[in-house]
Amino acid sequence: MTRRQRRTVLIGAALAVLGVAVALVLVALRDTIVFFQTPSDIATKPMPAGQRFRLGGLVAEGSLKRGQGTQVEFVVTDTKSTVPVVYRGVLPDLFREGQGVVTEGRLEPDGRFRADTVLAKHDETYMPPEVAKALKEQGHWQGEAKQKSSAQK
Amino acid sequence: MIIEIGHFAVLLALAVALVQMVLPLWGARTGDARLMQVAEPAALAQLGLLAVAFAALTHAYVTSDFSVENVWANSHSLKPMLYKVSGVWGNHEGSMLLWVLILAVFGAAVALFGGNLPETLRATVLSVQAGIAVAFLLFVAFASNPFTRILLQPEGRGLNPILQDPALSFHPPFLYAGYVGLSMAFSFAIAALIEGRTDAAWARWVRPWTLAAWICLTIGIAMGSWWAYYELGWGGWWFWDPVENASFMPWLAATALLHSALVMEKREALKVWTVLLAILAFSLSLMGTFLVRSGVLTSVHAFAVDPQRGIFILTIMVVFIGGALTLFASRAPILKQGGLFAPLSREGSLVLNNILLTTATATVLVGTLYPLALESVTGSRISVGPPYFNMTFAPLMVPLLLALPFGPSLAWKRGDLTAALQRLLLAVALSLIVVVGTFTLYVRGPWLAPFGIGLGLWVIAGTVSDLAFRVKLGRAPLPEVGRRLVNLPRAAWGGTLAHAGVGIMVIGIVATTAWQEEKILTVRFGERVAFAGFDMTLRGVAPHQGPNWSERIGLISVSHGGNVIAELSPSKRIYDAPQQATTEAAIHAAWLGDLYVVLGDETADGAWVVRLYFNPLVRLIWLGALVMGLGGLFSLSDRRLRVGAPRRARTAPNPVPAE
Repeated sequence: MTRRQRRTVLIGAALAVLGVAVALVLVALRDTIVFFQTPSDIATKPMPAGQRFRLGGLVAEGSLKRGQGTQVEFVVTDTKSTVPVVYRGVLPDLFREGQGVVTEGRLEPDGRFRADTVLAKHDETYMPPEVAKALKEQGHWQGEAKQKSSAQK
Repeated sequence: MIIEIGHFAVLLALAVALVQMVLPLWGARTGDARLMQVAEPAALAQLGLLAVAFAALTHAYVTSDFSVENVWANSHSLKPMLYKVSGVWGNHEGSMLLWVLILAVFGAAVALFGGNLPETLRATVLSVQAGIAVAFLLFVAFASNPFTRILLQPEGRGLNPILQDPALSFHPPFLYAGYVGLSMAFSFAIAALIEGRTDAAWARWVRPWTLAAWICLTIGIAMGSWWAYYELGWGGWWFWDPVENASFMPWLAATALLHSALVMEKREALKVWTVLLAILAFSLSLMGTFLVRSGVLTSVHAFAVDPQRGIFILTIMVVFIGGALTLFASRAPILKQGGLFAPLSREGSLVLNNILLTTATATVLVGTLYPLALESVTGSRISVGPPYFNMTFAPLMVPLLLALPFGPSLAWKRGDLTAALQRLLLAVALSLIVVVGTFTLYVRGPWLAPFGIGLGLWVIAGTVSDLAFRVKLGRAPLPEVGRRLVNLPRAAWGGTLAHAGVGIMVIGIVATTAWQEEKILTVRFGERVAFAGFDMTLRGVAPHQGPNWSERIGLISVSHGGNVIAELSPSKRIYDAPQQATTEAAIHAAWLGDLYVVLGDETADGAWVVRLYFNPLVRLIWLGALVMGLGGLFSLSDRRLRVGAPRRARTAPNPVPAE
């Protein structure tokens, strides 16, 4: 084989792998990404039933109800709109009323959000950036100044 | 007073680094030996000064000096001593100080052990290292100063309780040693570009540093994963979280670099590519630092958002990556072309390794940055989760693992696939039998899992049979086999171990992912629950007081076939400072897998929520990582690679510049 042929083989192999990877990435990005929504987003433009998405906001004060067995219900609010959430499982340690929360799941036909994941956060003063941003956009959150200190992994 | 000395030491180190950045490089360009000789004492002085600074901060933590803002915000007088010390790097400012300290350690190592490097190369490398140090010392001194004083406070605010853990105490130092260790490869690459020459000797100097960094990264990532597994109470070991990816991408790039440097060292080929990879590996480290420290990512690890710091690190990143790539673009063409090789050869297989690893790195990079890019362009907020990575990263690993045992079995220059296959026949047969066997055991699927197990076994068996072939096992009398085993270079042992570690890890990953069992249920005292072949009984829940927390401990007895085999006590803790709840999972480790129990909340009617996991073979994941790290250590101890080993007579004292 000449140098040129060898180089062609190499470049061909690299391009083939790259092509496969690009195809995989495009398909995966189309099928697996999850949108982030606030209760107001859903109030103005509801997600289609059955579509997976993330719902973020504050856990409304006094809304946490423990139901049958491992079922819990609470309300996520961004102070303008609210969405009731149903979840089966163990809530993360830092889940508390009045605190920021991000849940992942689907809307049910009755308008409740059935979450299969409630995201745990490592730090009690930590506000998920999407939630902070969503709340800030509505002028309800000025927490950054108070939270100067930080803890990091 | 001690704190002020520490602060002053950082500023002095900055001044020393400035000198070390400018003078030796100048000397190397003008051929002035006196200027070049500034580099070594400067590198040592830098290390000394930063050690003083770090010791000063540690002293403040150990003595709980709450007149230092950093100590006040992250420590507490009642914290156990181990966590007072680990608290030094358990926060942003302190961890950046650790970053520059490790950087100085590597710089000093070049100064001490780099005696066999050509003078100009050594001076240039130390100059580039000092450049990185200047950037990050500026950052430490002016944007994240750990030595800021405040009015003396009566008590500190405490360290985030989930960080109060032995494994996590040492996770950041290992990870940073890995991140920063890659700066050596970077500095050597930049020096090679400035000098306009690279050769086999260059690769031989770069490889041990990369290997050392790679070992630290491997161990650091494994520790982090192990910590997440038992501390976070989710039963998982990897979440494809952006910050995990931030450490995983440099690891992938470093792995590729280790392999391409091998080609360069043995065959003087892939020069330009190796230099580029060295630049990219450290660039990914810098990006990792940026992603973790700037808080731009939604992550379980991102704790505080500080845009100013983000912009500072972003600037450092742009200057170094942009500068390095510009230099690469203008100087790479003058590096001499390497040797020829057939696609089917050891070199060819290492190229395939590099293609697959870098492509995989790119898919991880896309998945990590896509949400950021999309949000800044369209404003819509999305998250890219594990499904994306399983769909893109995993398929790229399959051909890599399939091809892995062939690599070492192929000869340099021109390999013989049939001969390699003959050597690996036993491994092929063994893996196929295991695939079929696993398939019949788990007919109900998932149907891909048996192939995954077979793939892991193929890697182990293929690697071991290559070693067996080399020592003529079965073809020579046993004493000769023994002699050959002993005489095998350590690097060969290292490669075998590292590859076998990959196989072990693959089996663990596949088994846990495919056959994990999970159950969430409510139980009453005395109630018997059947789970994964175990019988479990909740005997009671009792309050308990720890040194700096209070907790409720559940007592669960686990029996198997009528015999009690374990008493598990998962608990829910509330720490005193800060007031924060954590879950302490209880784990019963057995050969076949881990029984993992988390205590949840009490329900309204007096029962308890319990979450149970059975994670089959999950320990193989960390065992695999450990074996990989061990392989790295073996390789590092090889004579050929030993840092500071006497140069062989064959290597010319001053490599001839490329024309």
